[in-house]
Amino acid sequence: MSDHAQALETTTGLDSRKLAIWTFIGSECMFFATLISNYLVNKGRSLVGPFAHEAWTDPATGKVYEPIIEIPLVTVGTALLLFSSLFIVLALYGAQKGNRKMLVGWLGATLVCGIFFVGMQVYEFTHFVHKGLTLQRNMFGASFFTLTGFHGTHVTIGVIWLATMFYLALRGKLTPNRSVNLEMAALYWHFVDVVWIIIFPVVYLIR
Amino acid sequence: MATTAIDQHHAHAAAHAEKTGLWSWLTTVDHKRIGILYGATAFFFFLLGGLEALIIRIQLSRADNNFIDPDTYNQLFTMHGTTMIFLAIMPLSAMFFNYMIPLMIGARDVAFPRLNAFSYWVFLLGGLLLNASFLFGAAPDTGWYGYANLTSRQFSPGPNADFWNMGLQILGVASLAAAVNFFVTIVNMRAPGMTMMRMPMFVWMSFITQILLLLAFPVIAVALILLMFDRFFGTHFFIPAGGGDPLLWQHFFWIFGHPEVYILILPAFGIVSEVLPVFSRKPLFGYAAMVFSGVFIAFLGFGVWSHHMFTTGMGPIADTFFSLTTMLIAIPTGVKIFNWMGTMWFGSLQFKTPMYFAVGFIAMFIIGGLSGVMHSSPPADLQQNDTYFIVAHFHYVLFGGSIFSIVGGAYYWWPKMFGRMLDEGLGKVHFWLMLIGFNLTFFPMHIVGLNGMPRRTYTYPKELGFELLNQIQTAGSFVLGLAFLVFLWNVIRTSRRPRNAPADPWNGATLEWSIPSPPPEWNFDTLPKVSGRDPLWDEKRARGGQMPEPRAGTGAGIHMPNPSYWPLVTAFGVAAIFVGIMMLPKWGPWGIIVAVALLFFGLYSWLFEKGYSEFTTPSHGGH
Repeated sequence: MSDHAQALETTTGLDSRKLAIWTFIGSECMFFATLISNYLVNKGRSLVGPFAHEAWTDPATGKVYEPIIEIPLVTVGTALLLFSSLFIVLALYGAQKGNRKMLVGWLGATLVCGIFFVGMQVYEFTHFVHKGLTLQRNMFGASFFTLTGFHGTHVTIGVIWLATMFYLALRGKLTPNRSVNLEMAALYWHFVDVVWIIIFPVVYLIR
Repeated sequence: MATTAIDQHHAHAAAHAEKTGLWSWLTTVDHKRIGILYGATAFFFFLLGGLEALIIRIQLSRADNNFIDPDTYNQLFTMHGTTMIFLAIMPLSAMFFNYMIPLMIGARDVAFPRLNAFSYWVFLLGGLLLNASFLFGAAPDTGWYGYANLTSRQFSPGPNADFWNMGLQILGVASLAAAVNFFVTIVNMRAPGMTMMRMPMFVWMSFITQILLLLAFPVIAVALILLMFDRFFGTHFFIPAGGGDPLLWQHFFWIFGHPEVYILILPAFGIVSEVLPVFSRKPLFGYAAMVFSGVFIAFLGFGVWSHHMFTTGMGPIADTFFSLTTMLIAIPTGVKIFNWMGTMWFGSLQFKTPMYFAVGFIAMFIIGGLSGVMHSSPPADLQQNDTYFIVAHFHYVLFGGSIFSIVGGAYYWWPKMFGRMLDEGLGKVHFWLMLIGFNLTFFPMHIVGLNGMPRRTYTYPKELGFELLNQIQTAGSFVLGLAFLVFLWNVIRTSRRPRNAPADPWNGATLEWSIPSPPPEWNFDTLPKVSGRDPLWDEKRARGGQMPEPRAGTGAGIHMPNPSYWPLVTAFGVAAIFVGIMMLPKWGPWGIIVAVALLFFGLYSWLFEKGYSEFTTPSHGGH
């Protein structure tokens, strides 16, 4: 967590740490592209229910499985994540201007949104398991839990990262000349958000 | 340039006393030391992979042989392939990335020295985990490609496939961390005046390689994760009984796997493009064409993966598409070969050992390239797939290509790295033994392959008439082994000689030759200013053909990053997570929890290391 004026004496003038995050994000794009492809390839390959959008009757027991996805709940989670992207921009603005009140307030709001999103996903996962959808049950379950689970893991890592930044901000260590540390976390946070903007329609909205 | 500022320094500061001892190597963040660590480790694994190959060759030297049993044979060819690709050729290239890129672009170190150390330690632990499987008699036995559903719990109940899965996952972390580091280093750490189109060709090819690593490795990471879910958590991604599809594994694997072969060969192209101009006394022919053909090869590399899958019955449209894109790659590759020959054309050729290997590389790589174009045609491929013809092809490109070039690079840069010249006579003996042994081993594979000898099969019946050619191959493989013993002898002999290599033994064109051999920790007393593609030749021309031998400064006033052991601790955390996953049935989640705690402990200690600054003094040293 060092601040150095020399950081600006790079070939491109870009801070190397920021460039590293961009590079890492480029790589992460292929990670999620593969997971999303895996979800789409396995769409409709489930041998048994429950399914995302259709009800399914077990021919052996006659038990009816309702469509499993609950769009309203996830919409709230999506909105929280989208707003948090705005909040972190405001927090970064505060950090760059040396406005500690703004930094701490908006960073706190971002953190709360992130925690609520993870909480929403934990609730959703347990709910699905109660309704009979597990990782092992069918191809939908397997590809749904891996795709959204790895996204959730990314959000969780983002929350830990932001919490670290929040702690530094509280102790007054996120000064304007160190704001690049928050900017890196913010870039990652935006990326995780953008990935969800793709996952949300692909998994929840498209039938 | 570097030499002018040296006179300003006087030996008055012990700011950069040379560090020695085991601890200094465990905590080093110096790109040159990390390069040597990569090289030594990779060469050890190379010898191990070579030993595995020799055992395979002994088994195949006679028809109906039972020197080893089929299970051992499966383990050996799997570990031979995996070792040579991930633990030998890739890290041998990484040795040159580490040692040479900062020197060639005129930087004091890489962008993130601690991340660089982390990459090495993760690589080492991944390699050790893979090979630890031998201790449990459970080495991976499903081929380096790990095709589903050979790897399913049903057909591979032991831990063999888990060692492979977790080992590769760890190695992937190392490769990705290194790729981010070198991408940023090349973009952001160039000396003043070193524009992209003035970078040495090795740096260009390495740059493209980093992009391939960044985009290809996440794909195999996900595929390995899905395989792990199949094996540990009861999903059916690659198991037809549950609705899954084994072919999906092949697609994922080769979307990674084909760019991977360019990850193996592009650095080799770069090395040869450095050696040929220097020993032809002539700038590289067609610089821009060389750059863009490299970019084009990498781009096409993502659109050819299914040529590994013609026999799976993808249908005429897919076959045609992948056949055409594959043939298209021959064009930029041909451009490169003609440019190398154009570099030598009318040059005053100096046949030193590195030049022998570079020329050998061109000849051998052409043969491998030609057989590659042959199986880009699906009907031909249907005959050749799964035969020794394929084995011959990829050894001509990976051994005849990558290894010839890497060995040439070792002879070329040895004086820079160790301050001692390798023996020329022994080097030439090494070359001829390697060339003869290589062709004896792998050329007959074309013939037995076309005659139908299947690969990955532990023996063959006498009646098929493959025995004589196989005996020639086995004899050739031992000549190859002998060639590397000569190299080892050369290294040992040289290490006993005085450290007296000049800074610029070959009359080089690039910046690494402007500083002492071996370079001081901070590389350049004053960062060079670059105004052309061959900066050192330009400088020599301006001075009337000669440069004074650079004297080492004291490095006073230059800040270099401190040593740190946190990268090592963090690397242990990463490796422990995957060991924890392997032990999930035995230890439950506790192994993983402890590993994650170790990872976070290492990472946070790293990030908040007191008073640590990774930044090197940017432009000027002594003041």
